[in-house]
Amino acid sequence: MRRLAFTNARLLDAASSLDTPGALLVEDSHIREFGPRLFHDGLPQDAEIIDCNGRALAPGLVDMRVFTGEPGSEHRETLESASRAAAAGGITTMVVMPNTEPVIDEPSLVDFIKRRAAATASVRVLPMAALTRRLAGESMTEIGLLKEAGAVAFTDGDRTVTSTRVMRLALAYASTFGALVVGHAEDPELSKGAAMNEGEFATRLGLPSAPPAAETIIVERDIRLVELTGARYHFGQISTRAALEAVVAAKSRGLPITCGVSACHLALNELDVDSYLTFRKVKPPLRSEADREAMVEGVAAGEIDVIVSSHDPQAADTKRQTFAHAAFGAIGLETLLPVTLQLFHNGKAGLLHLLAALTSTPARILDLESGRLECGLPADLVLFDPEEPFAVDASALHSRARNTPFEGQTFQGRVHQTYVDGIRVFDHAAHR
Amino acid sequence: MRGVDGPILRTSHLLGTEQLSIDEITGLLDLAGSYVGLNRTGDRKHALLKGRTLVNMFFEASTRTQSSFELAAKRLGADVLNMSVGTSSVSKGETLLDTAATLNAMRPDILVVRHHDAGAAELLSRKVDCCVVNAGDGAHEHPTQALLDALTIRRRRGSFEGLIVAICGDILHSRVARSNIILLSKLGAQVRLVAPRTLLPARVECFGAEIHTDMDRGLAGADIVMMLRLQLERMSGAFVPSAREYFRFYGLDREKLRRAKPGVLVMHPGPMNRGIEIDSAVADDIEFSVIQEQVEMGVALRMAVLDALARGLPRDGRNAP
Repeated sequence: MRRLAFTNARLLDAASSLDTPGALLVEDSHIREFGPRLFHDGLPQDAEIIDCNGRALAPGLVDMRVFTGEPGSEHRETLESASRAAAAGGITTMVVMPNTEPVIDEPSLVDFIKRRAAATASVRVLPMAALTRRLAGESMTEIGLLKEAGAVAFTDGDRTVTSTRVMRLALAYASTFGALVVGHAEDPELSKGAAMNEGEFATRLGLPSAPPAAETIIVERDIRLVELTGARYHFGQISTRAALEAVVAAKSRGLPITCGVSACHLALNELDVDSYLTFRKVKPPLRSEADREAMVEGVAAGEIDVIVSSHDPQAADTKRQTFAHAAFGAIGLETLLPVTLQLFHNGKAGLLHLLAALTSTPARILDLESGRLECGLPADLVLFDPEEPFAVDASALHSRARNTPFEGQTFQGRVHQTYVDGIRVFDHAAHR
Repeated sequence: MRGVDGPILRTSHLLGTEQLSIDEITGLLDLAGSYVGLNRTGDRKHALLKGRTLVNMFFEASTRTQSSFELAAKRLGADVLNMSVGTSSVSKGETLLDTAATLNAMRPDILVVRHHDAGAAELLSRKVDCCVVNAGDGAHEHPTQALLDALTIRRRRGSFEGLIVAICGDILHSRVARSNIILLSKLGAQVRLVAPRTLLPARVECFGAEIHTDMDRGLAGADIVMMLRLQLERMSGAFVPSAREYFRFYGLDREKLRRAKPGVLVMHPGPMNRGIEIDSAVADDIEFSVIQEQVEMGVALRMAVLDALARGLPRDGRNAP
């Protein structure tokens, strides 16, 4: 029987509002017991002792929005390389998007992702399946069969289903199976050809742009469709105050709606595009400072449910281009926690409150067992120092891609170790 | 005070009007003025850029600007290479930066680049060792056009202080408009923008120009009327409903021009769409139109730009290892 004893830890659990010095025992890959008094009568003899030195021990993060390149664009990222990046970021469960080649739109492909992940990945990988075949927005996928195969939700990833009729039917059909639908809110017509947020800065740079209303229009449309169909719906990420207000109003009407925001949109605004920096070309585009502040307030108020990395690896061929031609996307697995912790260090939100948006809340939305410290649950854990500063160095990242929007920036919050099923999948000491 | 051969530009690139100081602008216009005189004499060939190589890299076709740069460089004695980008590896999927690296290895002295995307010239300037001149990047900037327009205006009007300049037409897609708004405002002119709402960019008032959607009001009392080209594909319902409706409300004809000040100058960066944004009768009337003069100023201004940039180049050739 394999036993791990974490001592001198600061136990953090958002689900039970626990923040206390204490210890935790892992037995056979599960959390056996934990608490402030554990091991007061002496350490277990047969256990590996891990002295946490007062660092925080929390449930591993659940990242609801990760793009990889497998299958189809393995030169950008594989499940294996993404999982190493996730582990280095304290993420123990990553939910991967179906935007691959081929698109994950049939049960055998869901099975492929699960098998590949089991064979190569060091963290849990949960696939979302496409909501419409080939992400074409024309006909729905086999939601029932895909769910049976293990798809945790249904989404067209970073694409919006243009047809209101198709979206209505997909939502209605998904509700039959109690399936979660994850939407992307960007009106495809209004944002056609756009490279950034419409406004003074886009005008000065002479870049094609789309107004924030491109997001609001789809958010409001999909809220109406949820009202019509009763489907469980999650906005993968929102980025504007107007969209947040619409979501808050929908929630107060009792609709089964939740939403996420990317760490990128909490930390950066449109001015960070600076002199055409393509690593900061993301989808939805970086918004005005007022909208960024609204996202921070939304997280602080608990109106935004989850924070995601929206990790989207791109290679030189897609980013070494002019801004208008460069691909959208930024990597974020390894910076999700420290960027989120900026809100804590800036006094915007409490540590446990932020951890909820990274652990227990996404787990609850996806109906997962993880994201909590609870006896009997799998030992998915992150050991981190919320205060320790470090500078982002793209060349030292574990991801196969280098397109971080935070190169050279300093954050506080260093991940020291990550455990999945009680197995150490990342150890900062080994990478120093 | 600046010596005759002293430095004019602080940087080794000309990427936009935004970064230019009044001193740099005045320095370039003064130098260009002297080239106008030289170009009008028989003695037009100089050896200032002898042994230097200028590469024209035009990702977007432009007979006018490309030949203007070519002529300017040749009059200064430089060797000119016109890269035909349509047939180069760019169309085979090479990234812009790969193209830049290849080009850089050929060690040109000055790279003149036009590209359909905003920021292309700046991107290249960060990756090559030579001087980069932006000959138009997307809807961003076209600095030599604005400078040659300023030269044309200055030669006719003496100064910019208090001049009312109405820039009319497709502001949204126009780099010429952006560069001119920035440059002419810096020089003290009062800039007005005249266009239907669909052809005005978001928050365009940030440039400090007056915005008009009514051409009669926009032209009232104007000293200079600068017309912009409206691309044909934008006239068929997307941005404006039809060419005839556009001409009725935003095309420059004698009737509308009467609102402007007597002695008004009419400018156009070319090529013109006669009968769409400008009536032939106005375009060809030498009483108002300085459109041909703009072309002549273009060569002189570009000579001044190349001269100024070459002053920053090492004298003993760049080809030594």
